[in-house]
Amino acid sequence: MEKTVQKKATRDAYGEALVEVGKKNPNVVVLDADLSKSTKTNDFKQVFPDRFINAGIAEANMVGMAAGLSSCGKVPFASTFALFGSLRVADMIRNSVCYPNLNVKIAVTHQGLTLGEDGASHQAVEDVALLRAMPNMTVIIPADATETKKAIHAAAETYGPMYIRMGRPSIPVLFDDSYDFQIGKGIQIREGNDVAIIATGVMVHIALEAAELLAGEGINARVINMATIKPIDEEIIVKAAQETKGIVTAEECNILGGLGAAVAEVLCEKHPAPLRRVGVEDTFGESGKPDELLQKYGLTAENIAAKAKELL
Amino acid sequence: MSKLAGEQMAELQSHASNIRQEIVKMVAAANSGHPGGSLSAADIVTVLYFHEMNIYSDKPADPDRDRFILSKGHASPVLYAALAEKGFFPKEELATFRKLNTRLQGHPSRKLLPGVEQSTGSLGQGLSSGIGMALAGRLDKKDYRVYVMMGDGEIQEGMVWEAVMAAGHYGLDNLCAFVDSNHLQIDGNVEEVMNPHPIDDKFRAFNWHVIEIDGHDMEQIISALHEAKQVKGKPTMILANTVKGKGISYMENVCGWHGTAPNSEQLQKALDELCGNGGEQ
Repeated sequence: MEKTVQKKATRDAYGEALVEVGKKNPNVVVLDADLSKSTKTNDFKQVFPDRFINAGIAEANMVGMAAGLSSCGKVPFASTFALFGSLRVADMIRNSVCYPNLNVKIAVTHQGLTLGEDGASHQAVEDVALLRAMPNMTVIIPADATETKKAIHAAAETYGPMYIRMGRPSIPVLFDDSYDFQIGKGIQIREGNDVAIIATGVMVHIALEAAELLAGEGINARVINMATIKPIDEEIIVKAAQETKGIVTAEECNILGGLGAAVAEVLCEKHPAPLRRVGVEDTFGESGKPDELLQKYGLTAENIAAKAKELL
Repeated sequence: MSKLAGEQMAELQSHASNIRQEIVKMVAAANSGHPGGSLSAADIVTVLYFHEMNIYSDKPADPDRDRFILSKGHASPVLYAALAEKGFFPKEELATFRKLNTRLQGHPSRKLLPGVEQSTGSLGQGLSSGIGMALAGRLDKKDYRVYVMMGDGEIQEGMVWEAVMAAGHYGLDNLCAFVDSNHLQIDGNVEEVMNPHPIDDKFRAFNWHVIEIDGHDMEQIISALHEAKQVKGKPTMILANTVKGKGISYMENVCGWHGTAPNSEQLQKALDELCGNGGEQ
């Protein structure tokens, strides 16, 4: 009998984690831009109404307010959809948060194509490239609900600007509570020395499926969960390049500037190795169900496996 | 409220004159910077730092201190001159303004210089940070006040109006904003480039208490700040009518002095005028 896979949206885990960190640290405050029911910051609002600030549909001001709160010792989590928490407010994050190195957590949901039916206008695929280029910024994309919780706890306890990118649909829960999340550390979650798949976010469970497909053909694929896109874990990338025939990256971002680009940068400078990138290929998305979109845009186990075989 | 004693007023005037002298000196030394909007804001900044705000150079991170954000960050010379005059750093350091390795960046950097409450320069962002500080003060039940200075050109930025709406919505009576209305921006008259008037009615419509003053009259500035503290349940905007380049005859109301440095001859003339206007030396 097939094992039942537990599924949970990372945004749901985010809502729960916020309440936990809110209980632990009275300085945690949460801001949202009229999307608290979707981003799940509403969970925090219910428990800590005085520490929840609704900015209304005004993301630029939300980011600026978060900066001011942080300068007074608060630990603000500012939430909205990924698109509005990144591209719309890029200069505010850069100048009001990153430049003064304030302790603001931009925690966004509805990342990438899997936002789904709302379509391209709301599907941020460029955000990681943009945020990664900002000095002082840390960029994290958790792979499942467990990692989301651990990342939110780590974010609350670690000083500095952070962009934490979460998703709308339910996805498999991959890790249990013993999972050791550390900011800046990739984790090998499947052994293999033929090829390495380095994946982030929703693509991690799809990378594991790809590894199963490859295993069926006698190919042993290593799978690495790269939750922190910046600072990127150079060591685990170089090790993978040394010990396998090549690397496939998998992300729900534009391949220009995202995880694939970050891995390419490390490989070129530290240990040149063949690389294939699976991600959104410099195009806008469209309306559809999350799974249909992943299929149409090639963010699939089959595509990852096919790219892996090109390296052998 | 009672008028300032003559001695106190003379002291404030002296600080303002010193600050104006340092502004033109540092811009001249850097051969770069923004004298016009620094000079228009000089009297308000003087009153804030030498009469109004609870800030102390020996404890710049005191959680109970009042906060001042210079949202119109290009007027950094007025902030640096005030901080030096207040003792946050030696006046000699003003000569490093805009030079490599300086803490006195072209636009203020919170991370580099104690006393700078927020990095500014990309216009329109300071009020939002000020709201965050005011919200934190409310949450922590502290009685510090937050002051934000914007330019009348700056308020063309859309983000300002998100912030104006929010501050009015939250009813932040611990927040006081100045609009330094010197009527000039880089491309010309504010009213011609993109007319923000009526500024007072716009703020009133967003639930702000509005006080209009002559931004170079110390008594009026002091009295407006006093009034702002009495207002409950609303933020206050002090609409300060000012003169760009105030205090230096050839700079006053001349658009070109927005971002131009005086040469040595012009500097001398400026210093002569300022010292002749009740300054020390």
